[in-house]
Amino acid sequence: MSTFQRYILNKLLWYFAAFMVAASLNFFLPRLIPGNPVDTIVARMAQGGAAEGEARRRTYQTYMKEFGLDKPILAQFGTYLGNLARGDLGTSFGNYPAKVNDLIAASLPWTIALQLPAILVGWILGNILGVLAAYKGGAFDRWAFVGSLVLSNLPYYCLAVLLLYLFSVALPVFPSFGGYNPGSTPNLSLSFILDVLHHYTLPFLSLVLVLIGGQAVGMRSMAIYELSADYVGYMRSLGVGDRRIMGSIFRNAMLPQITGLALAIGSLVGGALLTEVVFSYPGIGSTLFTAIRQNDYPVIQGVTILVTVAVLAANFLIDIGYGLIDPRIRSAQRGER
Amino acid sequence: MNLFIRQLLSNGRFRFSVILMLLVVGFAIVGPMLNPRNPLFAVGGRYDPPSAKAVLGTDVIGNDVFLQLMHGVGTSLEIGLIAGAIATLIGVAIGTLAGFLGGFVDEALMGLTNVIITIPTIVILILLSVAVESRSLVTMGIIIGVTSWPWTARAVRAQTASLRTREHVDVARLSGAGTGSIILWEILPYMFSYIFMAFVLQLASGILNEAALSLLGLGPDNTISLGKMLQFAIQGEAVRTGAYWAFLPPTILLALISFGLLLMQSSMDEVFNPRLRRA
Repeated sequence: MSTFQRYILNKLLWYFAAFMVAASLNFFLPRLIPGNPVDTIVARMAQGGAAEGEARRRTYQTYMKEFGLDKPILAQFGTYLGNLARGDLGTSFGNYPAKVNDLIAASLPWTIALQLPAILVGWILGNILGVLAAYKGGAFDRWAFVGSLVLSNLPYYCLAVLLLYLFSVALPVFPSFGGYNPGSTPNLSLSFILDVLHHYTLPFLSLVLVLIGGQAVGMRSMAIYELSADYVGYMRSLGVGDRRIMGSIFRNAMLPQITGLALAIGSLVGGALLTEVVFSYPGIGSTLFTAIRQNDYPVIQGVTILVTVAVLAANFLIDIGYGLIDPRIRSAQRGER
Repeated sequence: MNLFIRQLLSNGRFRFSVILMLLVVGFAIVGPMLNPRNPLFAVGGRYDPPSAKAVLGTDVIGNDVFLQLMHGVGTSLEIGLIAGAIATLIGVAIGTLAGFLGGFVDEALMGLTNVIITIPTIVILILLSVAVESRSLVTMGIIIGVTSWPWTARAVRAQTASLRTREHVDVARLSGAGTGSIILWEILPYMFSYIFMAFVLQLASGILNEAALSLLGLGPDNTISLGKMLQFAIQGEAVRTGAYWAFLPPTILLALISFGLLLMQSSMDEVFNPRLRRA
C-alpha cells in the first residue's frame, strides 16, 4: 500500500469514527427522554389535537415499526444505521405522513442558494480587503480593520435583525418575510425571479457582511506577517510595482484562507440556521425551527445528521487535498524520500 | 505578573474592552438591586412604547423590557460563566494530561478530542438540549460547557507539550514531584495568560450559544436571558411591527458583549504574542 493510500485510509477511519459518534448521539440522546418515545410523542400530538382515534393508532403503529421498539436497543440502533445508510431519514411526527427526506429536499436548495454565493462573495471581497488594508496601512488600514473587526465580532443573527428592521420596516425597501411573495407559485418567469431576488437581498447581505469582516481580519494578519518576509524587501529593492508585490503576498497568504473556504462550504448547511429564522426564509433553519417547536424528533435528527455529514465530508476532502499537495506525502509516494 | 498587567493596560483596545465589560457586568449587578420586581410579571399591554412607567416599553406579553434586560444580561452572563468555566476546566485537564504524559494517553485523549471537534458544535448542542427534560440556567451552562471544550484542549495540549521539555520541569521531576504537582506548579503557571484568553473566548461563545439555542426555541425555562428576549421579540413580530424597543436592547447588548469579549481576547493575544505586532 502506498503512503498516500495509507494516509487516506487512516483519515477515512477517523471520519468514520466521528460519524459513528454523531450517529450514536443522534440515536441515543432523544431516547434519554423518559418513557417510550412513541408514547410521549403520540400523547403530545394528541394534546395538540394533531391526531385522534384511528389516525392516532395508525401513527402509533408507524412509529413503533419504524423505531422497532419491540426489539432490544442495540438492534434498534442497527435498524437506525441501516436506514441511514440507505439515506432514509424516517417519517415526520409533525407533518405525518410526510417523509423527512422530502421535507429536507424541499428546504435544502433554499439554504444552498442563500449560503453558497454569500460564502464565495464574502470570501473574495474579504480577502482583497485584508491584503489592501495590510499593504496600504495608515488610515485606510485603521478604518478597514476596525470595520471588519466590528462586523466579524457581531453575532450574525444580530446583524440580520438590524438589517431586517432598517431596510424592510424603518425604510421599507425590501420584503420582510419569506423567500418569495406568498401569493405566487414558484415558476421561471422573470417577475418571479425578480421577486425571489428581492427577498434574497437582505438575508444575503447579512451573511456577506459578517463573512467579509471575518475574512479581512484573518487575511490582514497573514499579510502583515508576509510583509516582513525577505521576498517582499527584495521585490521592493528591484522596483517591482505595488500590484505585483500585493499579488505575491496574496498567493503566499492564501493557503489557510483556502482551508477556511472549504470549511465554510462544509458548514453551509448549518451555518445560517438563525438567518433563516430571522427572515422566515424557507430553508433548513426554518424547517429545524418548526421541528423543534413541534417536538418533531425525526426531522430534528434528520437535520442534525445532514449538517454533520456535510461538515465531515468537507473536512475529509480538505485532508485529501492536503495529502495531494503535501510534499512529504507526495514524495514518499514517488519513493524520493 | 505586574508587568503583564501594565503591558495589557497600555493597549488601548484592551482598556476599551475592559471598560465595556465592566459597564455590562455593573448593569447586570446593580440593575436588579435597584429594581427588585419580577421581570416575568406583566406591567402593561402588548408593545407599549417607552414611557415613564416602563423606560424601554413593554414586550409582546406586556413585560417591562428594561427590567427584563437587567435580569437577562445577568442570566446570559451566568450561563456564559458556567459554560466557560466547565469548558476551560475540561479542556485544560485533558490538554495538560495529553501533552504532559504523551504516548498512549496522548493519542487516546487527542483522538477523542479530534473526533468531537469534527462534529459541528450546534448539532451536539441541539441534541443535548432536546434530550434534557427541563432546561434550567445551570443545565444550559453545563450543556454548553461539556460541548465546547475540544478547542481549548487542543490548544492547551500544544502549549504543554512544548513546556514539558523545559529545565525547571526536569528539576521538579528529578526531585520526585508527581505528575499532578508538576502540572499544577510547573506547567499551569506558565500558561496562565493563555488559559485566561481561552476562558474569555469560551465565555463569549457560551453567551452566544445560549442566544443561538434560545432563538431555535431551546432556551432556558422559567427565566429571562438575552437570547430569550430576542426570541420573544422575533416570534412576537416586534421587528415587523416596528416595536424597536423590544428587539433592539437585547440585540445591542449581545453585540456589545460579543464585541467586548472578543476584542479583549484579541488584544491580549496581541500583547502576549509579539508576532502579531506590526513591525
